Amino acid sequence: MALITDYLVQGCQMLLVLLLAPLLTGWVRRLKAQLLRRRGPSLLQPYRDLFKLLHKEVVLADSASWLFRVAPYLIFAALWVAASLVPTFASGLRFSWTADLIAIVALLGSARFFLALAGLDVGTSFGGIGASREMMIASLAEPAMLMIVFTLSLLAGTTELSAVAQFMQTAEVGLRVSLGLALIALVMVAIAENARIPVDNPATHLELTMVHEAMVLEYSGRHLAMIELGAFLKLLLYLSLLGCIFAPWGMATAGAGLVAYLGGLAVYLVKLAVGGLLLALFESVVAKMRVFRVDQFLGAALMLGLLGTLLLFVSRSH
Amino acid sequence: MHLKLLLGLTAALFVTGLYAVAASRRPGCSRTVYGTALAVCCLALLVALGHLAGATAATLTLPLGLPWLGAHFRLDALAAFFLVVVNLGGAVASLFALGYGQHEHAPERVLPFFPAFLAGMNLVLLADDAYAFLFSWEFMSLTSWALVMAHHHEPANVRAGYLYLVMACFGTLALLLAFGLLAGPNGGYDFATIRAGTVTPGFAALALVLALLGAGSKAGLVPLHVWLPLAHPAAPSHVSALMSGVMTKVAVYGFIRIVFDLLGEPVWWWGGVVLALGGITAVLGVLYALMQHDLKRLLAYHTVENIGIIFIGLGLALAFQANHLNAAAALALTAALFHVLNHSLFKSLLFLGTGAVLTATGERDMERLGGLIHPMPWTALAFLIGAAAISALPPLNGFVSEWLTFQAILVSPELPQWLLKFLVPAVGAALALSAALAATCFVKAFGITFLGRPRTPAAAEARETDRYSLAALFTLAALCLLAGILPGLVVDGLAPVISLLNDGTRLMAQNSQPWFTLVPVAEVKSTYNGLLVLLFMAFSGTVAAGLIHRLASDAVRRGAAWDCGYPDPSPATQYTAGSFAQPIRRVFGSVVFQARERVTMPPPGDLRPARLEVELCDPVWDYGYAPIVAAVTAVSTRFNYLQFLTIRRYLSLVFGALVFLLLVLALWR
Repeated sequence: MALITDYLVQGCQMLLVLLLAPLLTGWVRRLKAQLLRRRGPSLLQPYRDLFKLLHKEVVLADSASWLFRVAPYLIFAALWVAASLVPTFASGLRFSWTADLIAIVALLGSARFFLALAGLDVGTSFGGIGASREMMIASLAEPAMLMIVFTLSLLAGTTELSAVAQFMQTAEVGLRVSLGLALIALVMVAIAENARIPVDNPATHLELTMVHEAMVLEYSGRHLAMIELGAFLKLLLYLSLLGCIFAPWGMATAGAGLVAYLGGLAVYLVKLAVGGLLLALFESVVAKMRVFRVDQFLGAALMLGLLGTLLLFVSRSH
Repeated sequence: MHLKLLLGLTAALFVTGLYAVAASRRPGCSRTVYGTALAVCCLALLVALGHLAGATAATLTLPLGLPWLGAHFRLDALAAFFLVVVNLGGAVASLFALGYGQHEHAPERVLPFFPAFLAGMNLVLLADDAYAFLFSWEFMSLTSWALVMAHHHEPANVRAGYLYLVMACFGTLALLLAFGLLAGPNGGYDFATIRAGTVTPGFAALALVLALLGAGSKAGLVPLHVWLPLAHPAAPSHVSALMSGVMTKVAVYGFIRIVFDLLGEPVWWWGGVVLALGGITAVLGVLYALMQHDLKRLLAYHTVENIGIIFIGLGLALAFQANHLNAAAALALTAALFHVLNHSLFKSLLFLGTGAVLTATGERDMERLGGLIHPMPWTALAFLIGAAAISALPPLNGFVSEWLTFQAILVSPELPQWLLKFLVPAVGAALALSAALAATCFVKAFGITFLGRPRTPAAAEARETDRYSLAALFTLAALCLLAGILPGLVVDGLAPVISLLNDGTRLMAQNSQPWFTLVPVAEVKSTYNGLLVLLFMAFSGTVAAGLIHRLASDAVRRGAAWDCGYPDPSPATQYTAGSFAQPIRRVFGSVVFQARERVTMPPPGDLRPARLEVELCDPVWDYGYAPIVAAVTAVSTRFNYLQFLTIRRYLSLVFGALVFLLLVLALWR
């Protein structure tokens, strides 16, 4: 019986991230519009967009191969699995032992690998430009992310995200320099990975400034819906990650019962709302960078992560 | 019993080589030779696996070689593991060559050396004294050199062969001196005597450096890697697969045998040196690879990167062993040996895939390929699996060994030395960087070669490769997937090797785990379950696709590419390998390779095309080798006149030299 409940809660978490992801993006879009004194679309607009795209036919370029048709589902699967491994309302769920934080980073890497290949598949210049730039950004963002992972796991003594989150809830954490460095670096990586301003602009349709949008330019219909949903999931994943590590309050532990789960869910929703608000604020006040400034931005994140790890290596006493 | 069988099988490979000398021009010879090699390698693979499963070490002395020494052979767990790697690679390469070898226009230059090369590699692993080891090492080098020179009409191959020969001689010389130091003045050249004896710390350090030079030059450690990206691509593709995927592993074996087995107790700074070299090799290797447009050369540079990753694991293991942290050392060694197996699988796969492309199009320059996924869907699928595996993407095997290496890095704050405390995180960052860059590089390699539209008629008219080659490719692809989702089996298979090298300590936690979960340190610290990740992804992907096709829409219409409304039918408008790597070249290349881009823009009205030229300088060659070459040339020019003396002067020179040597000898005493 306990086993069935465990699986049920895990299933709920998978469904929850899938259902919440478009809402979060809708929330950020609406806030950004209102900050610009526009009324903005409804919160439910992303759901309507997805529904519309799913029911449209797919227009495939003549030179598209089987990889182009398979990639959206692969990308969606990798991102969904990764997003449902991050603790949201409760930590220590059934499948959290399947893959640790390093594996989650690598799953995001898998999604990006296939997205970049899909960008190259049709053989257009925009697909190429997007893929090439995305991989350049990733080649710095991924090591930075891994250094953050190192910092966190050296502190918590584990690479399991659930265990890290539980450790962060205990009193022994306190204020640490390494944690501060990791927080800044993680925010920078999250901005870059989600193609937000100042690294990329999710709303742009100026061809030469696009990175993520350029890669998916040839996609339409249900394929585009899958990729969009994947992008929504990725944003949710990073906000959940920031929430469960740096704002671990109110999270339930596995097997805590329905009331605790509901409490955890309410706190989680508040965290997402605040995270979305901060993102919208940040995006509204900064300008987009040139592409060849991004390497300095992410290089700084990498160095911060490395510094955090180094501090922990050096401060380990014997 | 196992040992005798393996020696017999090696002898069978020799005989096959001799047969090929006599019969290589006969029509069916290629099939016979590769078929025999395939059968023999499969048998040897089974025997080695059987030995790894639980037999004890066996020795055998044959009255060959030096008369007072004989030829010692020994089969222990370490040798058995590497025999698995060698014979697996050999079997698949032979299977591939059953089809690919038909296209060889000079079979007499390939067929005799191919089985001999396999035999040489097997012998290195079985040798149990310095003489037999060096003899078979040199035999392996020479046979592979002959294979590199198989297409010797191309000037580039001649240069590659020359450089390879020089580096191979240098490496063997270093190993010879290392064994000399280890054997001591009494000349105890068999490994049992060396293992029992002790060496002074100074000599041990010197032997470590010599082993690094000797094995490192064969494996491709920076800065000794220069021959590798020239020589590996020059050979026929199935030989490239063997050289890159397997022979570099024999070099790693040589290093492990000398440093972990023969040299005795390590000192902590050994680990530091090996770690630093590994980190530099990993990052530089992948950066070099990103700058290449030649598919085979790109793969060869990636071998350099992966050797770096293996040496990072070995360096960590040395540092842990020196500090008596044996559990951590077991983890680092497992990571390194797992990567040895993984790299042999996916690098052979990628080289064989390139061979298939080469047969179909006659091209290995990516700028002249493209769109091959349409005519060659199966080759493309296998190559894609290899590319994803080498990019360390879950749930394939490359990720598992990198994950284990990361776990080993995460236990290393326990190391007490300050230098290592600074070095290990830096190497960890280098490893993370090289993993991310490898993914970029293989998006480029796969994307430019197989995706997009064909850039030349040759690429447009390609045909799918033959059945033997496909069988070889998919064997390796399946093994990449299996090792990724069932890593527990591989780790359990490695356990006897680890306990042999690590004073009986193996991964303790892994012992009690069910076979599909990987637990390197403890369950609370880190777990990975590749099978569940795969099932998870397969489930969510297929459910999503199925539901959407059923409930929403499954209509498809073909049309012209959108490309923001301005599609251009010319394939020249696509991104090329050079343009794909341009951002990386600007970010990293301007520092490492002093990359310069020059645009020549003709004035308005002039009809010449604008040109973009890229200048790269190879720092290792320009600052490491070029001065040596210049010095050698200068000295030999200086003494060139000695070639043209009269007989009297030569005689007086000889006399003078003799007197000088006698004087030195007299003063020395």
